[in-house]
Amino acid sequence: MTFAEDNVIMTINKKLDGTILEIAIEGRLETTTAPELEAVIKESLDGVTELIVNMEKLQYISSAGLRVLLIAQKTMMKQGRMVIRNANDDIQEVFEVTGFADILNIE
Amino acid sequence: METLKTEKMKIEATVDNLHEVLAFVDERLEAAECSMKAQMQLDLCVEELFVNIAHYAYTPNKGMAEISMEIDGDRMASVTFEDSGVPYDPLAKVDPDITLSADERPIGGLGIFMVKKNVDDIFYEHKDGKNILTIKKKI
Repeated sequence: MTFAEDNVIMTINKKLDGTILEIAIEGRLETTTAPELEAVIKESLDGVTELIVNMEKLQYISSAGLRVLLIAQKTMMKQGRMVIRNANDDIQEVFEVTGFADILNIE
Repeated sequence: METLKTEKMKIEATVDNLHEVLAFVDERLEAAECSMKAQMQLDLCVEELFVNIAHYAYTPNKGMAEISMEIDGDRMASVTFEDSGVPYDPLAKVDPDITLSADERPIGGLGIFMVKKNVDDIFYEHKDGKNILTIKKKI
């Protein structure tokens, strides 16, 4: 699938279980969609001790997306932890090339 | 093998036009049966370079970007970005330190670094009042 086939470029699903927040991101996390994730993260992390970012349906991440992940990681380091789950091989490679594989908890 | 053909698009350099630029590039990559992986890597480069122009070249005004693309007989894809904005060589920027911890890492600054890591060749020139940046990648 490419962005051109679908008007919805990114979807975010939140699930709060006590102080554990799971955010599932689908589609493309890039220049036009990263601000939306940044807003969701900024308004949702109060009192959260564990942030799970589920990337099972994430197909693409650019530097704009990495920027938001780093903001989330910095915030969560002060109040708990952040975990990345189910990143596909291409996204994993982006993490490795940028050194993000060393600073994120990737499961 | 098809003869070499350069295709061009001229578009206002705004973030809103990013997907139109990506569609232009992807259409040609798909026609050449480019692998999904190489396509994703080229998308990343195109996003970073076009958005850079959109954010910085003409600020606070607006201006145009020209994108030209060709795929040669050896499956080398070339994409060139031209703008008439402020002279700026993104390759002159020092690479970020990717060994820093999350605490020490500055927010942002990875875009051009990711481009360099995902292409086979990249070069910049300033000529006739234009920034001209070309990336090449085997597909």
